[in-house]
Amino acid sequence: MSNGVRNEALHFALRNRKLVVGTIVIAVFLVAGLAGPLMFDHGPNDYVGPAMAPPSGEFWFGTTTFGQDVFAQFVYGLRATFLVGVLGGVLAAAVGMVVGFVAGYRGGWVDELLNMLTNIVLVLPALVVLLIINAYLGVRSIGVQALFIGLTSWPWAARAIRAQTFSLRSRDFVDLARLSGVRTPKIILREIAPNMSSYLFLTFILLFGSAILVAASLDFIGLGPTQGVSLGLMLNNAARWSALQLGLWWWFIPPGAGITAIVGALYVMNVGLDEVFNPKLREM
Amino acid sequence: MRRYFGRKLLIYGLTFFVAVTINWMIPRFMPGDPVSSMLSRANVAQPAAVEAMRAHYTAMFGFDLPLWQQYLNFWGALLKGDLGISIWLFPTPVTDVIVRAVPYTLGLLIPSILLSWFAGNRFGAFAARRKWLDNSVLPIGYVLTATPYMWLAILLAWALGIVAGIFPVAGAYGFDLQASWSWTFLGSLAQHWFLPFASLFLVAFGGWAIGMRNMITYELEADYVNYLRALGAPMRLVRRYAFRNAILPQVTGLALQLGVLVAGALVTEIVFSYPGLGHLILQAIQNQDFFLLQGAFLFIVIGVLIANFVIDIAYVLVDPRTRTGMGGTA
Repeated sequence: MSNGVRNEALHFALRNRKLVVGTIVIAVFLVAGLAGPLMFDHGPNDYVGPAMAPPSGEFWFGTTTFGQDVFAQFVYGLRATFLVGVLGGVLAAAVGMVVGFVAGYRGGWVDELLNMLTNIVLVLPALVVLLIINAYLGVRSIGVQALFIGLTSWPWAARAIRAQTFSLRSRDFVDLARLSGVRTPKIILREIAPNMSSYLFLTFILLFGSAILVAASLDFIGLGPTQGVSLGLMLNNAARWSALQLGLWWWFIPPGAGITAIVGALYVMNVGLDEVFNPKLREM
Repeated sequence: MRRYFGRKLLIYGLTFFVAVTINWMIPRFMPGDPVSSMLSRANVAQPAAVEAMRAHYTAMFGFDLPLWQQYLNFWGALLKGDLGISIWLFPTPVTDVIVRAVPYTLGLLIPSILLSWFAGNRFGAFAARRKWLDNSVLPIGYVLTATPYMWLAILLAWALGIVAGIFPVAGAYGFDLQASWSWTFLGSLAQHWFLPFASLFLVAFGGWAIGMRNMITYELEADYVNYLRALGAPMRLVRRYAFRNAILPQVTGLALQLGVLVAGALVTEIVFSYPGLGHLILQAIQNQDFFLLQGAFLFIVIGVLIANFVIDIAYVLVDPRTRTGMGGTA
C-alpha cells in the first residue's frame, strides 16, 4: 500500500462510526483485562467478602454465594477470553490461509483433495467434536482449548481464501512472477497475500469472535480450564450454584454481557473495516 | 444434477467415515487407561455389575486384539446398531437412552431453525428498504448474533421464569405429571418448551436478518436491478427479483450454520435441564459415561448430515442452475 492509499484508508477509518465504536469497546475491555487484575491483592477465586453481597463500592459487581469477588473474576476472565480468542483465531486463520492459498493457487488434484478435507471438517459439528475430545482430556488449559478450537474452525475461512486466490492467480503480475521463476511459496507470500491483506484481516476478526463464543460454550458445559477463571466458567458456576433461583443477577449478567459486548464489537468492527477497505460500501 | 448429488453424497459418506474414526480413535490414543478409569469413576456398588462392566469394556475396546481388528469390530457393532451399554443408566443400551432423548431435541431444533430462518429473511428484506428500520434492526441483530446461546437462555429463564413467574425453567413437563395424551400434559409440555425455543429462535433470528439485509442491499446495486429500473419496472417487482437472488446464499448459509445451531440447542437444553441430547451429553460427561457420549456424538453427526442433505435438495429446488447441471462444484 502506498502512502497516499494508507492516508486515505486512515481518513475513512477515523470517520467510520462503526469501526471507531467497535474499536473503543474492544480497547476498554482489553485495558480492563490487562490492568484490572493488578488492582487486587487476592486471586479471582479467593473467598474475600461476605456471601451473596449485591454490588457496592467495595465489591463493584457483588460477591458469589461463597463470597468470591465477581468483579475480580470478571477482569481475570477477560484475560482468558481474549487469550483464547487470539490464539484460536490466529491458529484457525493460519490453517485456513495455508489450505486456502495452496488449494486456490495449485488447483488440480491438490485442490480437489484440500477441498474435500475442507468440506468434511465443515460438515462435522465442531462443538460436538470438541466436547468429546475435551471430555477425554484430564487436565484442560486455555492453550489446549484454543488449539482444538483453531483446528476445527478454519474451513469456511479456507473456502473464502481459496476463492479469492483463484481470482488472483491468473492476474498479470502473478504470471510475471511465475515466468521469472519465483517459487510457489514466495509467489503466495509476496504477490497474492499482500493483495488480500485487508480480507485476511477481516477473516481473522471473525475467527477471533467465533473462537470466543465456542470457548464460552465449552466452559459453560464444564469443559473449560481446570485452573483459573473465564467468563464462560463464571456462567457455569452461576448456573450450577443456583444464582438464578437466589436472585444473584450480578453473578450471571456481567460475564455474558462481557462476551456479548466483545463479540458484538468485533462484528461491528468487521463491518466498519469492510466499508473502509471497500469504497463501494462507504456511506457518504 | 447427478454430478452435484454424487459429489455431495461422497462428502457425506466421507464425513461419516471420519466421524466414526475419530470416535474410535479418541479413547485409544488419549493418555490414560480408559477401562480402569471408567471402572473407578462409574461408582457401581454391586460386584456383579462391576464384573459385567469390566467384561463389557474389554470386549468393547478389545485391547488384546490388533488395532485393525478393533477398528473393524467397532464398525461391525455400529452397523448392527450396537453402541454399547450406558454406564450412567446401567444396564440400558446407549441406543435406547439416545432414542428417548432425540424427540425433545428435534422438537426444539426443527421449529427454531425453520421459523428463525423464515422470519429473519422476511424481516431482513423488509428492513433493507426503510432507513429507520434498518438503523434499529442492524444494532439489535448484531447484539443478538454476538450473544452466547446459554446467556440469552439464562436471562430469559431469570426474567420470564423466576422474576415474572410466567414460564417454568426446568424439565420438559411438570414434575407431578406422567407422560400421556391429556390436555394438561400437552399444555405443560408447551409451557416448558417455550423458553428454550425462544432463546434459540432469537439468537438465530438476528443472524439471518443481518445476512438478508446485507444481501438485499448488495443485490439492489447489481446490473440487472439498474436495467429493470431503467426500463421503468415497478419497485415491487425489482424487490421480488432481488429477494429471489438473495435467498440463495441464505440457503447455503443455513447448511453452513447447522452445526452451530445444533451446538446452540445443546447448551440451551443444559440451561433449562431439557431432557434432550444436550442434557444427555452433560450427564454423560459428569458421569464419565463415554459410551453414551460417543453414541450421542454419532447420532448428532448423522442428524447433521441428513439435515444437510435435505438442504441440498431444497437448494436444487430454489436454484435452477443446479437443475440444468451447470453449477455446483461441491
